[in-house]
Amino acid sequence: MIKQYANPARFNRLAGTLLPWLAWPAAFLILIGLYFGLFNSPPDYQQGNTVRIMYVHVPSAWMALFIYTFMAVSSAVGLIWKHPLAHLSAQAAAPIGTCFTFICLVTGSLWGKTMWGTWWVWDARLTSVLILFFLYLGFIALHSAFDNPTRGERSSAILGIIGFINVPIIKFSVDWWNTLHQPASVLKMSGPTIHSSMLTPLLIMAVGFTLYFFSLLLLRMKTLMIRRRARALNIAHIHQPGAE
Amino acid sequence: MGGCRVKTLILILRSEIRLALHQIGDSAIIVLFFILAAVLFPLGIGPEPKLLPLLAPGVIWIMALLAAMLSFERLFTPDYEDGSLEQFAICPAPLEIIALAKATAHWLVTGLPLIIASPLIAMLYRLPDSGYSVLLTTMALGTPAISLIGTAGAAMILGARRGGVLLSLLVIPLMLPILIFGAAAIDATVSGFPVGQHLMLMGGFLLGSLVITPLATAAALRQSLE
Repeated sequence: MIKQYANPARFNRLAGTLLPWLAWPAAFLILIGLYFGLFNSPPDYQQGNTVRIMYVHVPSAWMALFIYTFMAVSSAVGLIWKHPLAHLSAQAAAPIGTCFTFICLVTGSLWGKTMWGTWWVWDARLTSVLILFFLYLGFIALHSAFDNPTRGERSSAILGIIGFINVPIIKFSVDWWNTLHQPASVLKMSGPTIHSSMLTPLLIMAVGFTLYFFSLLLLRMKTLMIRRRARALNIAHIHQPGAE
Repeated sequence: MGGCRVKTLILILRSEIRLALHQIGDSAIIVLFFILAAVLFPLGIGPEPKLLPLLAPGVIWIMALLAAMLSFERLFTPDYEDGSLEQFAICPAPLEIIALAKATAHWLVTGLPLIIASPLIAMLYRLPDSGYSVLLTTMALGTPAISLIGTAGAAMILGARRGGVLLSLLVIPLMLPILIFGAAAIDATVSGFPVGQHLMLMGGFLLGSLVITPLATAAALRQSLE
């Protein structure tokens, strides 16, 4: 079943069919989520309206972790089963994950300025997310550092898998160390400790961001495939005997 | 088979150390960089007697990390270029053993000199006497982990453009726990707090990298030879 989509043409067709079914719901959910988050949810009793940053900050933090996990799994699949699309999907996901991590850091910083009175504190959660940001950049840099693209994708796949160690550290950093950042309030064994009037828009945003990620991923994979094809044609053209 | 592996490990270690002793200048340059760069801080910030002891743990660890970075780029390149790496690959011992031998050799010729030089910097920074034993302990736990992670990084960038700068970008984020807990342990002991948990975390980190990095190094070497 998975093997079937190793064929680029077949994958392209599937991606083309799936894309509108992902992109439109993503846009719809993000708009609904933003409306609920910004206008139709209660202000926090301590933080007032500042709490509305949460509806962007928390889903982008989840996406940052989710996309890194996705990237590490894709890299492992690419190294182990040598599925041709696996490395491509890791490569396509990396810049999207970098952007979500950046959004998470920036919105967190704005939130921190109003709540903690500072743009940045060196606690475990913030530092580990910053490391994640550098890991993403390292992955992208290593990927593009080789003249032979196969070398680049395999080397960066190994780096991506090693860097995965950071993901559980980020998740549990608020429990393991005393941090200024608040502990988890949604993904907990004992159930969420956040009121449903805030949880609903948060989850709508999270689903919207996830769909947005997958539509962007398919789009980027298609683009990368076309670029690769163009490169191959270009090389074939240069090597053609008798070509100008 | 097990005996063969240990034998290969020792053989490679011996040849690596012999090579390093022929080029003893390379190790010396790294230690010199370590000391020189650490000397820049008092000159730039001003030799405040109160400030320097506070800076000492951080400066020593940052400089050790940066000095080690200088040594990784050429770790596998000569072997890659002259074909020794292919010989290693067809040798009966697995590449993981070779990765481990390379990392151990790197630690012996780079990590160990850095450990020996670190009390000198501590002295220049007037680190309180109580800090020295913990400084040496953290260096002893941290520098092998640096060697192991750096070896994996060196294998990944084999044949890449701008290898050296890229290598730092890749491995420094992975080494940050060493810096954080190494400096924190020295800080804690100087201010009279217990250091056990910091040292245990460093030890755990070292053991973890001892397991993971040879596998990563071998995987990276293997794909560079394909």
